[in-house]
Amino acid sequence: MSHGTHDKLVYMANQIAGFFATQPEAEAAQGVASHINKFWEPRMRRQLFEILEQDANGLSPLVLQAMPSIRRPSAASTDII
Amino acid sequence: MSLVHEIDYGTPASASETMVTLTIDGNEITVPEGTSIMRASMDAGIEIPKLCATDMVDAFGSCRLCLVEIQGRNGLPASCTTPVAAGMVVSTQTNRLKDVRRGVMELYISDHPLDCLTCAANGDCELQDMAGAVGLRDVRYGYDGDNHVKARDNGGLNAKWAPKDESNPYFTFDPAKCIVCSRCVRACEEVQGTFALAIEGRGFDSRVSAGMHEDFVSSECVSCGACVQACPTATLTEKSVIEIGQPEHSMVTTCAYCGVGCSFKAEMRGEELVRMVPWKDGQANRGHSCVKGRFAYGYSSHKDRILNPMVREKITDPWREVTWDEAFAHVASEFRRIQYQYGRDSIGGITSSRCTNEETYLVQKLVRAGFRNNNVDTCARVCHSPTGYGLGQAFGTSAGTQNFDSVEKSDVVVIIGANPTDGHPVFGSRLKKRLRQGAKLIVIDPRRTDIVRSPHVEAAYHLPLKPGTNVAVMTSLAHVIVTEGLFDERFIRERCDWSEFEDWAAFVAEPHHSPEATEALTGVPAEMLRGAARLYATGGNGAIYYGLGVTEHSQGSTTVMAIANLAMVTGNIGRPGVGVNPLRGQNNVQGSCDMGSFPHELPGYRHVSDDATRDIFEKLWGVKISDEPGLRIPNMLDAAVDGSFKGLYVQGEDILQSDPDTKHVAAGLAAMECVVVHDLFLNETANYAHVFLPGSSFLEKDGTFTNAERRINRVRKVMSPKNGYADWEVTQKLAQAIGLAWNYQHPSEIMDEIAATTPSFAMVSYDYLEKMGSVQWPCNEAHPEGSPIMHVDGFVRGKGKFIRTEYIATDERTGPRFPLLLTTGRILSQYNVGAQTRRTENVVWHSEDRLEVHPHDAEQRGIRDGDWVKLMSRSGDTTLRALITDRVSPGVVYTTFHHPDTQANVITTDFSDWATNCPEYKVTAVQVSPSNGPTDWQVEYDEQARQSRRITGKLEAAE
Repeated sequence: MSHGTHDKLVYMANQIAGFFATQPEAEAAQGVASHINKFWEPRMRRQLFEILEQDANGLSPLVLQAMPSIRRPSAASTDII
Repeated sequence: MSLVHEIDYGTPASASETMVTLTIDGNEITVPEGTSIMRASMDAGIEIPKLCATDMVDAFGSCRLCLVEIQGRNGLPASCTTPVAAGMVVSTQTNRLKDVRRGVMELYISDHPLDCLTCAANGDCELQDMAGAVGLRDVRYGYDGDNHVKARDNGGLNAKWAPKDESNPYFTFDPAKCIVCSRCVRACEEVQGTFALAIEGRGFDSRVSAGMHEDFVSSECVSCGACVQACPTATLTEKSVIEIGQPEHSMVTTCAYCGVGCSFKAEMRGEELVRMVPWKDGQANRGHSCVKGRFAYGYSSHKDRILNPMVREKITDPWREVTWDEAFAHVASEFRRIQYQYGRDSIGGITSSRCTNEETYLVQKLVRAGFRNNNVDTCARVCHSPTGYGLGQAFGTSAGTQNFDSVEKSDVVVIIGANPTDGHPVFGSRLKKRLRQGAKLIVIDPRRTDIVRSPHVEAAYHLPLKPGTNVAVMTSLAHVIVTEGLFDERFIRERCDWSEFEDWAAFVAEPHHSPEATEALTGVPAEMLRGAARLYATGGNGAIYYGLGVTEHSQGSTTVMAIANLAMVTGNIGRPGVGVNPLRGQNNVQGSCDMGSFPHELPGYRHVSDDATRDIFEKLWGVKISDEPGLRIPNMLDAAVDGSFKGLYVQGEDILQSDPDTKHVAAGLAAMECVVVHDLFLNETANYAHVFLPGSSFLEKDGTFTNAERRINRVRKVMSPKNGYADWEVTQKLAQAIGLAWNYQHPSEIMDEIAATTPSFAMVSYDYLEKMGSVQWPCNEAHPEGSPIMHVDGFVRGKGKFIRTEYIATDERTGPRFPLLLTTGRILSQYNVGAQTRRTENVVWHSEDRLEVHPHDAEQRGIRDGDWVKLMSRSGDTTLRALITDRVSPGVVYTTFHHPDTQANVITTDFSDWATNCPEYKVTAVQVSPSNGPTDWQVEYDEQARQSRRITGKLEAAE
């Protein structure tokens, strides 16, 4: 993952959290998680977990709160076809 | 084959439900009250002679040819201006009528040239037909007196004669042939709403004039073609008819430009297209057109079209022409190699919003069943993906709620971030017609678009908000409606979730959402905003139309939800005249979304994680479908830069020019090992392609387009594909090359598969479309006739959902280095990246992109109108010429993105909508300064583009 991609994913995740942070509190973390599950391709989610493990400082508190509900993709798919 | 015949009833239909019975020439006829005698008569199959009447405009009663006798009434009333009455007894042919008509006709012909054999209207001239109909045999007055026909008269110049005006690139105006019936003048007023034409002079001196006695191209004329269509003689004639002659057969098809989806008759002579004429029965356009659909089809036979497949090893090599088989084999082996080397998810495809539903369906099927991943996306990503998300959340469907006819019943129309008279001109004309009848208009746009003030139309409110503050304005409107008690409680209790409403109402009622509080942020005066909110909530049927000025923002999806909230809170959903209507940019954006072009959705907006949906397709396709969402276009480019995405099949889409942050797109494309571009032209993206597959135009294939009102319209093949294959055949052959056993013989079979798998299309088939003309989805057992209006008895998702919409400022901020905000848009004569319209005569109206700058900002920087200026943002810089205008507010600059040499997207940033990654085209912080010429980037880009378009054995292709 390049530096650019790292920053971009953090930015995107925080932007999603920015919206859900304004929603009723009970739905906020779940909202972030289900949005990311629904729209982020596995390699993006995998990279998000790498960020969480290596350098989570940039992630907003709501993203951190949502992480347990975000589906962790299996290791990089080596399937060909 | 023959010409599609349309009956001209002479006057428009009456909408009355009260019926009236009368007798015409002994036939008893029952028609709606308010119908003219002329129309009633035509209904019965009796054609009364006429010249100044045609059913596209109101009756005028000037030609005196359509006279009739009515029992018990004196004189000879004109049948066009006389309404029917119960028990009326009408004669259309008596000796007295015959004499009077022949006399009238004699006068007309005494001032008309007699060059019928060499006249372009020969075979399509109503004057000639009427002379025949009334039995004109002699013109007793001779041709020597005063006339408008001869350039020289009695040895001297004839002051009454005027030369032919050939200034418009598409039609000519020959005053010598004009009978001053004023049909063109009325068409311009009533149908188009531009008021560019007038009758100047009086009596025998009266003549048609464009603007203030100007030539057509210098006048306000927008070249929609309505006058040409209305003209009964050769006075206004298409240049193509003058050049080719009259057509001999025609077919009804659908325009391939904007999302209005106008129906046209493609009028042909053999395989040569003579002209495109709007079809009266077209339910989106009702017989009207704009300059693009009517005239700008020349690109389809432009010399730049590439007709042979081409391959190259490296993007720095010249292209090498190959056979189709070689091209398919090459793509198949490259894609397989890449997948072996980098994994299954390392390739993907982009479907086209310009291609048919059937073609789009095949591309996503190729990706899902052939590439075995969900890496498919479409150009809607960069335009209306927030509409899909936002309306899906609020209402449960990703589409507009109304048909275009609905505007005829609107009382208050709100336009947000859209410029219908330029971007969706035929809808713009229909809207203006309603506004002239008295409907009120609210425009929310940073720029004073034409519709804010144009002839006989003036917005009640124009809220010139600062770019990027949509959500603050929308939420403020809601604040006024809620706090002033203007909401529709009965509707909300019945249709929406009341507790969600209460939560939302408390949210919008917070003081920081009041117009007084948001004014500092948005620049919209509080009183004005309050007035607009009150008008929308209380003015009767309120309809919202919006465009990319809503969606292309960091908060695009939030604004769409805010719009849905406004419609629900005022009860403006579920009947004619109201609703939420996204104006779609391209002809088939709606369709490409419907067809499963998004990486997370199968056809019919069903998420890939839904087992039941996957099961339907897996059984039919015989493969396992991934249950994980794929990459969106910007994600593909990021992954390419990262090295995990290596191959792309792009059908009919020019991401290098149309997507934001050009340098990033270029870097992504350059990092890929096999880019396949399938297009009519070597577009900008093809500069980075390894394989080029020539595409076919909309005239060369069968299929369907779905317009902004969910209307599925047929596209009909009127000529053979110049490149050999329709686009669906190319995708099919590519699929076969990678080992898929596809065998569609005709696009109708693809539609049958769509109908079999997608509930909202269940009843759609080519046979059914033939019978119905067109249908609006959902079209299934529950809605066999289709669905002109949605959410009639309840929302698709059950209860309408109110969602809190907090304003969050974009991170793209102005500052000392970049103090101005750039926003972008389009212009009437050009379309999208301009690949089509730049290759037509439309360039006479817009040959370059200009930067609109407010006089105040220009003055400060020493910029004069027409000067070259450098436009800089954090992403890059470019140059273009300035246009000084107060249409934009101080602090805001504006440009179009139709020309590749301008490269407006070098400037735009990669900020995007939080929910969908739809790019934030509409807000970029910039600086503007005087300049001498192109920037280094433009020079380099131009050179790279030139190099990459070389074809071995051919002279350099010109743009």
